[in-house]
Amino acid sequence: MTLQHYLIVSAILFVISMAGIFVNRRNVLVVLMSIELMLLAVNTNLIAFSKYLDDVQGQVFVFFILTVAAAEAAIGLAILVVLFRNKKTLETKEINELEG
Amino acid sequence: MFGWSELVPAFPEILVLSMACVVLLVGLFTDKKKGGFIVFLSVITMMFAAILTLKDHVAGVEFTKTVIFNGTFIRDEFGDMLKVVVYLLMISVFFYAKQYLRQHDNLQGEYFALLLFATLGIMVMISGHNFIALYLGLELLALSSYALVAYNRNDLNGNEAAMKYFILGALASGMLLYGMSLIYGAVGTLQINEISQAIAGQNNDMFLVLGLIFVIVGIGFKLGAAPFHMWVPDVYEGAPTATTLFIASAPKIAAFALAVRILGQSLDVLMIHWQSMLATLAIVSIIVGNLFALQQTNLKRLFAYSTISHIGFMLLGLVGGAEGIAASMFYIIVYTIMAVGGFGMIVLLSNKGMEADQIADFKGLNQRSGWYAFLMLLLVASMAGFPPLIGFFSKLYVLKAVIDQGHIILAAVAVIFAVIGAFYYLKIIKVMYFEESETDQAIDASFDVKTVLSINALAQLGLLVLLPVLFQYCIRVTGSL
Amino acid sequence: MIASYFPILLFLAVATGLGIALMSLGLLFGTRKTNDEKISAYECGFEAFDDAHMKFDVRFYLVAILFIIFDLEIAFLFPWSVVLEELGGFGLVSMFIFLFLLVIGFIYEWKKGALEWE
Repeated sequence: MTLQHYLIVSAILFVISMAGIFVNRRNVLVVLMSIELMLLAVNTNLIAFSKYLDDVQGQVFVFFILTVAAAEAAIGLAILVVLFRNKKTLETKEINELEG
Repeated sequence: MFGWSELVPAFPEILVLSMACVVLLVGLFTDKKKGGFIVFLSVITMMFAAILTLKDHVAGVEFTKTVIFNGTFIRDEFGDMLKVVVYLLMISVFFYAKQYLRQHDNLQGEYFALLLFATLGIMVMISGHNFIALYLGLELLALSSYALVAYNRNDLNGNEAAMKYFILGALASGMLLYGMSLIYGAVGTLQINEISQAIAGQNNDMFLVLGLIFVIVGIGFKLGAAPFHMWVPDVYEGAPTATTLFIASAPKIAAFALAVRILGQSLDVLMIHWQSMLATLAIVSIIVGNLFALQQTNLKRLFAYSTISHIGFMLLGLVGGAEGIAASMFYIIVYTIMAVGGFGMIVLLSNKGMEADQIADFKGLNQRSGWYAFLMLLLVASMAGFPPLIGFFSKLYVLKAVIDQGHIILAAVAVIFAVIGAFYYLKIIKVMYFEESETDQAIDASFDVKTVLSINALAQLGLLVLLPVLFQYCIRVTGSL
Repeated sequence: MIASYFPILLFLAVATGLGIALMSLGLLFGTRKTNDEKISAYECGFEAFDDAHMKFDVRFYLVAILFIIFDLEIAFLFPWSVVLEELGGFGLVSMFIFLFLLVIGFIYEWKKGALEWE
């Protein structure tokens, strides 16, 4: 396993998460999961570089990203819950009050 | 290792953090009907933070740049100047928020605690000297803003705006992080100054350029520059007006600081690459912002598109070399003052159950109150960049810097679209002065809000006195980076 | 080399012993009154054998949201504890400030009633 392998995996994860946000626009929950996946792709990247460069900063960064991702997920879910209470659906195409 | 003395330069941040916690707890035990005390605490916090920031700059004492916490936090003149502007903006945001929340009988401690946490995020972004610190500041600001947008829980538009803001904001941070990770891989450090040194010693490799692209896309999203602007109009329209006026003001300064720290300080060697990208973003933003603003009838949406074009001007400044960065700093400071006043005006005219966010709501404002019509005239004319006002000079400095660098076509396009943009500002002025009012409802606001709004709008004239001094400061602090 | 694993052996022995002791105490002295509710398989408020594709209560989300934050912030304790000796007093106090901030969040959610199920 070389650095390239890890980077390719991370790039694939990143592209999948992008596709999850832009292409698969069915449900908002899927979008939230894609966002988490995107952060995981970044983490994979940072850890691979950190090991390759033999430098601990990358791993410290991963630690912070993980905790921030948790807070982000919490806020995302909270917004999702209030949106669902008012709207009774999470279909992306239904969320269109603000257009123009 | 760290020592206690390292905490001293970070006193303003520590104060804001502690006071945010205090406000959060005080808010729990305060009645919804009252809440004046919470506003008082928040305003006092900003004042003391300003004192703590400025006390190192008294005349006669040499101010030295200090880097603390293992190089993750920097206290420099550039940061301190931006922070003082942020404090002033936040004070007016607090007063307008009080007015807005009183109208909706929804004044709670959380709102101000969130604003204070967001302010802390902004301060960390301004002072961050390491990618981790910058990212943490960015997220603290962003997460607080998402919650602020969704503050009216039963308002469907607000929920939807919050969801869109959240998704695109998270996407932007993801992009930014991916770019940061690639840059880290190329240079092996996350420290702003070390990155700059490391790049200087090597050839441009693929990781660096790829990382730079992702970082610029991320910053573009955060700033709301076209073509990454799709969230801006929706969020501005859907969010409670108090939140909109916050999002339109202080966070823009933070995003500017982020751009300067990442692009100007750490990736300065790659300047040729990012300048061309920023120039594209700037021109597209100016064109898109001004053209779309022309057809809006909702004032919040109109201001959103006008923000996009103003951000375009700010980015244009960053293309103009060293003097351009100073001009761009001056531009963003002036713009945030205008924006906060413009939205403050919407808050002032709103009533319980009615938000004055349509252009039609400003019909015949001159009959209802000549003074407010005059204040709005000043704000709008300054946004449009009409000559004697401060908004004109901020545009002038940016254009001058860009032309000095030889980008005459860029400047010409910017000027043409700024002139086109003047039409929609004129539309607002026409509606205020030459149309009949549909309502004769009295404008009802407490004395302090009226005072803050008046100062805010009169600053468009008053700052002319300070113009040379202010711009000199901008040049000095950006020169000392 | 092997000797350095002795503390782990000791730990395993104590853990096993304590576990057995506590369980047997319960067996010997505990009162046992069984009913249907008690002996049925328990799974977080659901029927144990049911369709997996069911909607569940939004309140689970709320608890999960509150849990996930505290859960991950605590992760900072691990690297901190490893280098605590080098960090000294400053590090110790810093962590207590961090935990204090978490407690403020906890007080807030408690007072807001976010921990009430009903």
